[in-house]
Amino acid sequence: MRWFWIDRFNEFVRGKRATAVKNVSLAEEHLHDHFPGAAMMPNSLVVEGMAQTAGLLVADAIEFNRRVVLAKVAAAEFHFDAVPGDTLVYKAEVLDLKPTGSLVKVTSTVGDRVQGEAELFFAHLEPGDGVPKLFEPDELLRWLDHMHIYDIGQDEAGQPLARPDW
Amino acid sequence: MPSRDEIFDKVKDALVEALGVDEDEVSPSATLVGDLGAESIDFLDIVFRLEKAFGIKILRGELFPEDVLSSSEFVTNGKVNEAGLKELKARMPFVDLTKFEANPSVQNFPNTLTVEDMVRYVESKLAA
Repeated sequence: MRWFWIDRFNEFVRGKRATAVKNVSLAEEHLHDHFPGAAMMPNSLVVEGMAQTAGLLVADAIEFNRRVVLAKVAAAEFHFDAVPGDTLVYKAEVLDLKPTGSLVKVTSTVGDRVQGEAELFFAHLEPGDGVPKLFEPDELLRWLDHMHIYDIGQDEAGQPLARPDW
Repeated sequence: MPSRDEIFDKVKDALVEALGVDEDEVSPSATLVGDLGAESIDFLDIVFRLEKAFGIKILRGELFPEDVLSSSEFVTNGKVNEAGLKELKARMPFVDLTKFEANPSVQNFPNTLTVEDMVRYVESKLAA
């Protein structure tokens, strides 16, 4: 199983904010197992989707030159469970971004109802001792393409995001 | 320059948000690790929040001198030696090291830093 918890980005503004969607489907096996008989999307996986939305936002802002690791869920609150048929919309907003780390607020909504809110803290690790190779460029680019980042993304000046030529 | 009470209030806000503790737990004498449950990654979070709240720049190692605590020059048999204590005092004049000096085992150090020390640290940064 690949660890993909968002389906695509609908908005991506470098270093500032991003919106991604996650369609919850009964075809996903983990929905059946969390509470047998009551299929729902585990909120731990909602956090993972929030972290992927926010993590890619900050990793792009630092040009993917450090490993962005979800270091801490500084706060998280959920108001109801997402169930098959729901579309979760994750909105991430960068609160603070430095070379060594970042703090991002993310909300999860279904329609106009706020499903969850979290504040995520990422550590940005330098490649080297104890930090494995950052990524395989081909794999990362394929993922970013799947996410439509270079179709809809904008840089700081409002221009289309340039696709890196790794 | 904000008063010490104002600094304390902002430090308290930063610790409440970073550590998820209640406001009344953040007393001046509370230790960050022992009483408030801070873990190593929390220090990065706390640094971020203090920098933002006070508009200061906190350099790596200023609040947690990991380089001193892992140096063979300053640590002998798991204890910070005299040169190490001297270095800690010079680097961290805002920390009251009296208790730590009684048993300067490296593993006791994380339990040394108190809320009051953080307030003094911010005060020294703002005065600089």
